[in-house]
Amino acid sequence: MNPLYQIFVDPFVQMAGAPDLFAQTIWEGFVGGMLYALIALGYVLIFKASGVFNFAQGIMMVFAALTLVGLHEMGVHAYIALLLTLGVMYLLAVGVERAVLRPLVNQPDIILFMATFGLTYLLIGAGELVFGGNPKTMIAKELGLPSGGIDFNILGGLVSLQRIDIAAAVIASILVAGLAAFFQYTRVGRALRAVADDHQAALSVGISLNEIWVVVWFAAGVVALATGVMWGARSNVSFALQIVALKALPVLILGGFTSVPGAIVGGLVVGIGEKLGEFYWGPLLGGGIESWLAYVIALAFLLFRPHGLFGEKIIERI
Amino acid sequence: MFYREAGQFKATYAADQAVFPIRQDRIGLALILVAAYVAVPLLGGDFLLSSVMIPFLILSLAAIALNILTGYAGLVSLGTAGFMGAGAYAAYKLSTLFPQVNILVWIVVSGFASCAIGVLFGLPSLRIKGFYLTVATLASQFFLQWCFVRVSWLYNYNPSGAIEVPARALFGLAITGPSASPVTRYLIVLTIVVAMTWFASNLVHGRIGRSWMAIRDMDIAAQLIGIRLYPAKLLAFAVSSFYAGVAGAMMVFLWLGAAEPDAFNINLSFLLLFMVIIGGLGSLTGSFFGAALIHILPIAVRQAPASVGLTIGGATVEHLTYVITGAMIIVFLIVEPHGLARLLQIGKQKLRTWPFPY
Amino acid sequence: MTNANLRLILGAATALGLGAATQTFAQDSIYVPLLTYRTGPYAGSGIPIADGMRDYLTMLNERDGGIGGVRIDIEECETGYDTKKGLECYEQVKPKKPVVMNPWSTGLTLSIIPKASVDKIPILSMAYGLSAAARGNVFPWVFNPPATYWDGFSQMLEYIANKEGGGVEKLKGKKIGYIYLDAGFGREPLPLIEQLSKDFGFTPTLYPVAGTDMQNQSAQWLNVRRDRPDYMIMFGWGALNPTAIKEAVKINYPMDKFVSIWWVGEDDVKAAGDGAKGFRELNWHAVGAEFPALKDIQTRVVEKGKSQSPKEKVGSNLYNRGLYNGMLIAEAIVNAQKVTGRKVVNGEDVRRGLESLNVDEARLKQIGLEGFSGPVKLTCADHNGHFPTYVQRWDGEKFVKDSDWIKPMSAKVDPLLEADAKSYAEKNAPWPARTEACDNKS
Repeated sequence: MNPLYQIFVDPFVQMAGAPDLFAQTIWEGFVGGMLYALIALGYVLIFKASGVFNFAQGIMMVFAALTLVGLHEMGVHAYIALLLTLGVMYLLAVGVERAVLRPLVNQPDIILFMATFGLTYLLIGAGELVFGGNPKTMIAKELGLPSGGIDFNILGGLVSLQRIDIAAAVIASILVAGLAAFFQYTRVGRALRAVADDHQAALSVGISLNEIWVVVWFAAGVVALATGVMWGARSNVSFALQIVALKALPVLILGGFTSVPGAIVGGLVVGIGEKLGEFYWGPLLGGGIESWLAYVIALAFLLFRPHGLFGEKIIERI
Repeated sequence: MFYREAGQFKATYAADQAVFPIRQDRIGLALILVAAYVAVPLLGGDFLLSSVMIPFLILSLAAIALNILTGYAGLVSLGTAGFMGAGAYAAYKLSTLFPQVNILVWIVVSGFASCAIGVLFGLPSLRIKGFYLTVATLASQFFLQWCFVRVSWLYNYNPSGAIEVPARALFGLAITGPSASPVTRYLIVLTIVVAMTWFASNLVHGRIGRSWMAIRDMDIAAQLIGIRLYPAKLLAFAVSSFYAGVAGAMMVFLWLGAAEPDAFNINLSFLLLFMVIIGGLGSLTGSFFGAALIHILPIAVRQAPASVGLTIGGATVEHLTYVITGAMIIVFLIVEPHGLARLLQIGKQKLRTWPFPY
Repeated sequence: MTNANLRLILGAATALGLGAATQTFAQDSIYVPLLTYRTGPYAGSGIPIADGMRDYLTMLNERDGGIGGVRIDIEECETGYDTKKGLECYEQVKPKKPVVMNPWSTGLTLSIIPKASVDKIPILSMAYGLSAAARGNVFPWVFNPPATYWDGFSQMLEYIANKEGGGVEKLKGKKIGYIYLDAGFGREPLPLIEQLSKDFGFTPTLYPVAGTDMQNQSAQWLNVRRDRPDYMIMFGWGALNPTAIKEAVKINYPMDKFVSIWWVGEDDVKAAGDGAKGFRELNWHAVGAEFPALKDIQTRVVEKGKSQSPKEKVGSNLYNRGLYNGMLIAEAIVNAQKVTGRKVVNGEDVRRGLESLNVDEARLKQIGLEGFSGPVKLTCADHNGHFPTYVQRWDGEKFVKDSDWIKPMSAKVDPLLEADAKSYAEKNAPWPARTEACDNKS
């Protein structure tokens, strides 16, 4: 068959021919994209407030999920374990602020980036030491998350939505809305936006950077926990899960490092884009192209908008 | 008292511009080279040579590759492992296609293959900057790794999907393959690394290196003083991926002995970036320090309990290694955020004024 | 902190003084290093395997005082399933004269295969590593019993044919999906698939999963939904397995038509809940702890706190996999002692021991593993044996045997194996010709 036809016509014929599969693909991409967006949100929160590209975000996700499941295995009730995990994430935020951010204040970004790598090592070691390295099953049922699927007989076929995926989308939306409200309407949130705009100006009007950092890292920890629970329910909770966090990088590039709506839109674009690409164009290359497709999508966008979809345009002066 | 330049007069510009203007530095370097060439092979056991020194040198060269791009030209890259892989696969293809040519030639030539690929992925670098450029290199990393898995031609259609190293010799002395002694492999790696470091040192201290640094510090200003950004950035990509390619080829041929595509995964790229940062951005010496810290420190931590007679389970040691390495990285950064190379500089300065610091 | 870790650290503290003492007597013991991966992304399968291997050998030390009266000096070296760390381990244990290496990583196996004949350390890569290493005449130092991945694939096809009413001609016109890890391991069967699909007339559909996308397979399973293959065969590893099973449940793929190679553990299936009932997997040894040898392990090792394994994991699928590996090591040493007449054997002796390994049913009964697995017999020419395997079914709680022993399609697989061994030797020319004498010409 003509390769041009295979690339430009055939996939669309397939889409039109089986609308149920098309809808299903979009849905899978939407759910995946939501979760990517959540991971990216963790990065954006920290980057905005402290200018740190937090390499440890992926491992924080695993660590949070592992703490939750590990505590439950020790016989703690699921909801209490959830609260305790939140407590652990808060302690982590305080610890990071005290031991890493405060001594390194005013250092170049790349040094702080490096410090978060040290943090990654620490968390991997500590997590495995305390909870063991074997993968664990996410306690989705105990947490009251739904299971099973809802099937819709529409579009001349079957579209099946997993309840857990719907829950993931709902929880992600609530988290995002909650965070947006927090930033917009609370005192701490306003202070946080001030810090994001200009550190020194914020300091000069009496905002405590240290407190803000703790808040932001804790917020990122909460987001990490939510993502960890959702991804954990999709496969299992193990250190291999941190690979997924790398997918947030193209999302960040697309959405810009500093924009919360950017992270969400970027996540959806990457999620849906890679599923469509893998499903309709992947077979042309033998499949399995998802591993790099997201980056290529991001790269293509970047060539036209070098600061991402929602990134601030930086005016360069001497 | 012992380390100062008093009494050393420079009569020519060349002497003034030398990389090591102080005689004691030159003596120190000579001593290090003697130690590396004579003392280490004579005194070190097989384990030291093949599991500590050879990986350390190869990783140092890869760190230099990245340092050229990131430390000197200011382009943060997360694709080094992919470029190393390109070099390794090129060397493998070339050496199996033309077995009569000496393998050392192919190890060096393979750098050019990786160089071409590096330039290709460096093309967007004019338009995209900073962390955003990093994603372009990430795309190269994942795409190249996919190629290593998918393009069977690259690994000669081996069902194992890996590249194996054929045994090759130089003047009748085995240099690759199982019967190559660690000492031989070590000396070859050392020679290549020393030669390439010397070349890199000349490059970064010369016009090209200075134009890279100007771009790194402020690209618009560099443009205004007449540096053509695009060729300079592409050259940085080219040189960097050449070095990475040679390091990758050496990694497979002189260290691992066989490699699956996974040997060049994203983790290696990250590790190299961290070596460069912790060693010191824009410092060749720093690349060696960084490689030493990231590669040798975990080995030392792993060996520590056994050497004092403690028997802890392997897994626990591994976990502790992670914790200790992570903590050490943070501590080092807090003590000296500009990398270990800066520590050396400070030390030198202290020595110079010792014993009367004021 | 888990109890196992706590015990370890406490044990380490008390062993502080003793550690040095055991080292000096290393001469009267047999040094068996175990390369394990209890950490890293694949720790899930690495931990039970390591426990199984270690516990069996520890049990021999505790019960019989070692093998033939010689204690086994067991040392673990942690590789994290990373080739570089594995090589470091190899160099680290080499001076202590190991009698056999268990790399437990395909990448590491490939790295050390050429070294084996030089360093005189046999490699036992049990059903992983290089399939072509089955040819003893080309690879005298490498052993990979009891079956290769190619054997495994052909056995799964045979199983499918049997389900369809027997005979490979029943495969004609069937659509068989193959979901695999897109790396050396998963790609290995591809040439076999290409050939067999022509010979038997089935249509293969391929679903590669990249290593970085193991937790993210919805696109592959959407493809499965579109293609509707009659059967699915899986070559998975690590996080790929639980995710694939979950996704299969999600799209309501019939579990009794979903067959996997032998690396799926109980936890992988359990994670998918009730929907995973009926999932099939290839295996060559029993699951469960109802064997005298396993009971000895329970009483003498696990209950004495000498194991890192939790009690309930003893007898699980991958634990028994490790145990089988431990049994092969022990039997090779026993055999080496028999062949050479020496008690303290070295690597060369154990190579001879492996080459004439013959664990028949009587011997299995003797060592308390009657019915645990089929017999294993290796020869100088065949270092694999290509032994039959069976298919087990997940009943929601545990794996139960679902089929008879299935022989591999040796007529189809052997030529490929032969060609591969030849091409390996050619590509790695000058590959050393076999000079080692053969003990059992039969």
